[in-house]
Amino acid sequence: MSEGDLLHVVETDNIGPARRSFGLALIWGSPLVLALVALAQILQTFGGMDFGFENWRPTLYAYVFYAVCLCWGQVLVKGEQGKRILFVLPAALFVVSMTIFPLLFGLIIAFSSWNLSSPDGRQFNGMANLIHMWNDPFYWNALTNMIWYVLAILPEYVVAFALALMLNSEIRARKFFRVAFLMPLMLSPVAVSWMVGKSMMETRFGPLATLAKHLGWSNPTFFSTPWLAKTTIMLMDAWTFIPFMMIMILAGLQAIPKELQEAARVDGATGWRAFWEVTFPLMLPVSITSVLIRLIFKLKLADIVINVTSGGPGGATDTVTSFIFREYRDRSNVGYGTMLAMVYLVIIIVVMTLLMKAADRFMKSSY
Amino acid sequence: MTETATQIFRDSASDQGFRAKWWTGRLLIYGLLIFWAIVALFPIYWTISTSFKMAPDVMRGSLVPWWDFQPKWLGWKSLGLSPETIGQPSTVRSEFLRRFWNSAIISVTSSVLAVALGSLAAYGLSRFSYKFLWMKNADISFFFLSQLILPPVVLALPFLVLYKELGLLDTQIGLIILYTLSVLPIVIWIMRDQFAGIPTELEEAAMVDGQTIWGAYLTIILPIALPGMVAALILSLVLTWNEYFFAALLTSTYANTLPVMVASQTGSQGISWWSMAALSFAAILPLIIIGIGLERFIIKGMAAGAVK
Repeated sequence: MSEGDLLHVVETDNIGPARRSFGLALIWGSPLVLALVALAQILQTFGGMDFGFENWRPTLYAYVFYAVCLCWGQVLVKGEQGKRILFVLPAALFVVSMTIFPLLFGLIIAFSSWNLSSPDGRQFNGMANLIHMWNDPFYWNALTNMIWYVLAILPEYVVAFALALMLNSEIRARKFFRVAFLMPLMLSPVAVSWMVGKSMMETRFGPLATLAKHLGWSNPTFFSTPWLAKTTIMLMDAWTFIPFMMIMILAGLQAIPKELQEAARVDGATGWRAFWEVTFPLMLPVSITSVLIRLIFKLKLADIVINVTSGGPGGATDTVTSFIFREYRDRSNVGYGTMLAMVYLVIIIVVMTLLMKAADRFMKSSY
Repeated sequence: MTETATQIFRDSASDQGFRAKWWTGRLLIYGLLIFWAIVALFPIYWTISTSFKMAPDVMRGSLVPWWDFQPKWLGWKSLGLSPETIGQPSTVRSEFLRRFWNSAIISVTSSVLAVALGSLAAYGLSRFSYKFLWMKNADISFFFLSQLILPPVVLALPFLVLYKELGLLDTQIGLIILYTLSVLPIVIWIMRDQFAGIPTELEEAAMVDGQTIWGAYLTIILPIALPGMVAALILSLVLTWNEYFFAALLTSTYANTLPVMVASQTGSQGISWWSMAALSFAAILPLIIIGIGLERFIIKGMAAGAVK
């Protein structure tokens, strides 16, 4: 990363002392307002004083006011430099306040027992959630399921690559096929759960069940045994997301210069060998990117599971997300659910960091 | 000349074999393409056709209209959207339209917000070098993109509690800001790529002519980056329109979106296949239209970042 700006701006700042002090007043005055409002609210909640607040919204408004003042103050105080900061600052403030703060808050919740429907409110319970989690076979089961679901990405990748190769070859009606192949990605997973999982796989008269009967499966129940159910969910999820990988790989294929493939052909490499020795190595960076992004989406898998099997039979199809969702729905205990989610987040961060490091090293060594 | 040419360049036996191989190759490719097109499109066809079926047709597993079943407006009638019922008042229809409207407002607003915020940030990061504490440009970019890894379930329960305190549960604005957050990394990912491809000489020329940096951004850069912004907008629309998890947790009666309505109907036993099919189809129809009409942009958006 080189130092200095790519775009050079001649700075003709003419900031008077009045403007400067007004800007500083904004930057330092608005957090004061925020602190005062927050203090008043805290006093009302814990100290028994009544300021007539119905909920915490005044604090939210004060925070928004603070954010606006901070952005404005930057321009007033720093001039041209402030205008540049203004490009990134709103997004950064938004993301920080929407993730860092809830995550810290989540950490507090994770170490407490908090049933939202009971009047007791939050009770700090130390390590109890962690111990409960350690002894919760269903959570471990959901984590193991996630490993299987993640492994399913590899066959998805193979199919997506094959489809992309076909779309990239000399065919007619390419646009039609591209739109048709893209379609599953556009559909809402909830609608897909009904369309495919509930109606097409209906044992008595769903078309997929009828097809299975014709193929010799006398009693096609797609969700009866654990492995069958898991495979079915994997297939439905693959159906939705194969187009995503396909498009990324297709873009990579189209970026390969034609000369390279022609040169390989001149050198006598035909079909299969040309693919393995020219196309595939060239596609490695794109492949790794698409698999990593697919992995990120796979780790969020929940909608289909919640709506088709709700984790059954016996937790065989549970993902971590759907398990926490049901855990909250059934017991409305936010404390335990948050602890499970936090542990999941830590696992994801560790795994993703290792994978990205490995991918990085692998790419560097191959060139 | 031509006679000798035809004599000399006659297809030899090996060439004939090559032609046969070429034809089987073609046949195989088209066979596979058509097979996958059926795999991709059949569920949609099945949903449309089921919404026009009656109970016996569903039981028989009829597939082709007019040939093995007579299409009826049954499914659409139960939604209040068939030709006979469209003029009459219908509670189901107003319920459906309310959900549809919620979905539309929430997804459009959050996508526009995300594109606005995200493209500003991406532009700044592609043009200037920032330093905030120890973080340089690459770190700030990574901070934005790393939000993609954050699974929704981690934020869901803290937000549930926060929204309850803030009085934002079951409101449109609550979902809008969450959705904006969830698509922002994707927008930044796409737009960073867009702006990197635009030469900085353009703004320099504009600023020599007396434009400010924001003026140059709005009048010169935005129009050039517009296709990328449309791509980002459409991808965000698809993701937010289909979002179910947050909507199911954070809304109950007032701000429900369409996926929540579809999901709640799936569970109930009383509802019939044809009305469920009509409902599902109505829920996916906007995206099917977008998919057919704006496919170019979707592909552009997803390809961004794949190729450097």
